[in-house]
Order: sequence, then structure tokens, then C-alpha cells
Amino acid sequence: MAIRQGRTISLEKEIRIISSAAAVGRLEGEGPLKESFDRIFNDTTMGEKCWEKAESNLLSAAMQRALQKIKLEDSSLDAVFAGDLLNQCISSSFAARDMNVPFIGMFGACSTMALTTAMASLAIESGGINTCMAATSSHFCSAEKQFRFPLEYGGQRTPTAQRTVTGAGALILSEDFSPLNPRIKAVHLGKVEDLGIVDSTNMGAAMAPAARRTIADFLIDTNTLPSDYDAIFTGDLGLVGTRLLRELMLKEDNIDISSVHQDCGLMIFDRETQDVHSGGSGCGCCGSVLCGHILSEMRKGKLRNILFVATGALMSPVSSREGESIPGVAHLLNIVI
Amino acid sequence: MVKKASPKSPLITDSVKAFVSGGIICAFAEGLFYVFSKMGLAEKESRSIAMIILIVITAILTATGVFDVIAKHAGAGTSVPISGFANSIVSSALEFQTEGRILGTAAQMFSIAGPVIVFGCSSAAVYGFIYWLIK
Repeated sequence: MAIRQGRTISLEKEIRIISSAAAVGRLEGEGPLKESFDRIFNDTTMGEKCWEKAESNLLSAAMQRALQKIKLEDSSLDAVFAGDLLNQCISSSFAARDMNVPFIGMFGACSTMALTTAMASLAIESGGINTCMAATSSHFCSAEKQFRFPLEYGGQRTPTAQRTVTGAGALILSEDFSPLNPRIKAVHLGKVEDLGIVDSTNMGAAMAPAARRTIADFLIDTNTLPSDYDAIFTGDLGLVGTRLLRELMLKEDNIDISSVHQDCGLMIFDRETQDVHSGGSGCGCCGSVLCGHILSEMRKGKLRNILFVATGALMSPVSSREGESIPGVAHLLNIVI
Repeated sequence: MVKKASPKSPLITDSVKAFVSGGIICAFAEGLFYVFSKMGLAEKESRSIAMIILIVITAILTATGVFDVIAKHAGAGTSVPISGFANSIVSSALEFQTEGRILGTAAQMFSIAGPVIVFGCSSAAVYGFIYWLIK
């Protein structure tokens, strides 16, 4: 059975990521991590008529690639845990429509990759299921349509704004004893933190306090230091959120994470040449970076013990119009090999 | 702390770009007006035709995906003249066409321009009333 230390849940079973795949759009495919993605779509529409279907296709591509890599049929899965940013999580449920597998749709905004993986791991730990998939996606165009302005609308973005990543990540979890596969050692589900940021073009600032809370709580629970880990990856804080997280942790918790901290939103794009302002965001940002870059670095042995902290801004266009501030959440996975 | 960590918009560069691009658009419209006036059209008609031409050009540039690239640099230079208004309607109409002609394109095309029309008409009524009182 899993062991509780504070709010951190250490998994007793050897739950490993037996396969993973990432699919991304053209701009992401031109970025610094291009080599790590399994599939790059040069056509933003992915051959579909609308953006919502395009995103669903992107997610399907990542899911199918993850299955193909280990020659697994989708019927071998006991469950699919997936979520995205669109209303009612349609990208995920439409992608699951073609699979003959029990589907658990989840919403954690951009923290979904860690949330689905954590819940999938706990489901395996419980003994109820054996093999399952955790996945997520986001698409620049469908997110713009739902949260901001029409694509062709001529507006200017503030320097704090982030670009929603067109990307999807899928990974397959199972109780497995191969030392070559990365293992989920512990999970820490985060609390909602809201320090009153109302600017929806500055989501890094809204999510930084949640990331700080989760990382600090985990380090206290496990009695470890940032230097005990090869890297601490946050989801999509971007430039502003990264600065804030490091400063907050130093000031409030007296913990310096700057030597091991990296943010997926800053890794996936080259901010100097790619006109993405404060960096990448969206479920697919840390989803594709985890399933592409991070896990392949772990399999190569370059990273052995990492913290993956996906951050989500839990607002909706309605709550923003009603003047509500942006609640943030961060879920953490401790992955080792 | 958030303010300190957030990079600021380059106000001066943005303003200069907006001033120059807005100026070019307005000068172009004035040019059109001049040409039509010289062709013998009345002042009112010349102004209307110049405006229609600006709207058509904006609609074409929006549909071909050029407008937002220009607007990214021009900012208020393209959004304040009638080009901004035309772009907001055409871009919304395009974006929602997948949701059908009635509930998609027709219902959503004023989602950005709607408030401008409402407040534009309201302030015109107030202005008209004051003008009538003074007169």
C-alpha cells in the first residue's frame, strides 16, 4: 500500500512508464526540443475542418504512437486518464471515442499531465487496474478561440503573455520491473493557491505561488533538498512565473532552487527567435516536454531523479469577465530511474 | 513583486509605430478621397467610397492572414481607424464559421465589434442631445 508522509504519497508498487510519446505542431517542431518529439504536424489543422477536432487528432496521434512503441493494442489498457483545456474536455473524450477503453476525463488546466499521471498511478497502486494511459493536449488555435480572440484578429500581446503550445503527450503506466523504465516514486497533489492576480495575460504570476507551495510541501514532507534532485521541472510558468517562483521560494521558504530548476514553457521555445513573449503554456506544453524530452533523457540515464511539477491556472473566460482572480494549482510527480 | 518580475511593453517604440502606421493608413484614405473628388464626386460620396475601400482591403488582408501580422507591430495604428473595426468583424466571422452560418458566423461576428457599436451609438445619441440643447 502507498505510504503517506504529510501530503506526499509514496508508491510502494514499482509503477513505471513503459512507453511515452509526444506530438506537436510546426512552431514547437522548430524549437530547441524538436529532436525529442515523436511526431511533428506541419499542418495546423491536422487535416480537420475545425480546431477542436484538430486538437483531438493531435492527442490521438500521441496516444497511438505510445501504444505502437511497445506494440500494445488499445484493448490491453484498463483505463485512459485524459484531459485538456477545451470546454467539457472534448479533445480528450473525442480522442477516447475511437478506443474501446474505460475513460476518465479530468480537468486540471495546464497541470493535467501531472494530475492524470498521478491518478493513474494511484489507480494501479490500489490494485484495481494493471495498465493504463495518462494523456493531455492543447492547441494554440482552439485555446485562442475559447480564451482570447479570433486567430486573425489584429491585436498586440503584452510581454507577459504566453503562447499556448500545440502539443500532446501520452504515457502508459504499468507495474513493471524493468530498470530501464522511469518509475513514479511519489506523487503530491497540490492545493489551490490564489494571491489575487486578475490579469489573464500574466498566468505565470498566477501559478507561481501554487508551484512554490507544492514544491516546498514536498521537500518538507520528504525531508529532502533541491540538490537531492537532478532537476525540478515546472510546467508552464514562463519567464515571469519562473522569476517569481525562484524569488518566492528564496524569500518565504529560504530554499534556493535556481541551480536545478527548469521550466517547460521556457524549454519548448526559443524566446529570442520564436516571438512567444514569456514562453509556452497549455496542457500540451509540459505534456509534450515530459513525454518527449524529459523521459528520453531519463532513459538515456542523463537524469535519474527528478521532480515534475505541472502548474495550472484554473480560471475560465466567464470567471475572468466576472472579475474573479486566477486560482493556481500544481501537482508533483517524483520520477526516478 | 509581480510588477518587478514582469517585463514592460515598449511604450515609446509602440507609440511611434502606431503613429507612423496609423498616419500611413489615414494619408492613404485622404489620397483616395482626393482622387475621387478630382473625378467629380461629391465630398460625402468620396469619403464613403474611400472608407468602403479601406474596409474591403482590411477584409481581404484579414482573410489571407496578413492583417494580424501587420497589426502585431502597428497596434493602435491599425485598430483605431476603420480597419480595426472591419478586422474584428471579419476575424470573428471566419473563426466561428465551423459552428454554422446562423449560430456560428452570424451570431458571433459582432462578439468583438458589438460593444463598439453599442457605445458608439449611445455616445452619438448623448452627443446629439447635447448639441440639440445648445443649438
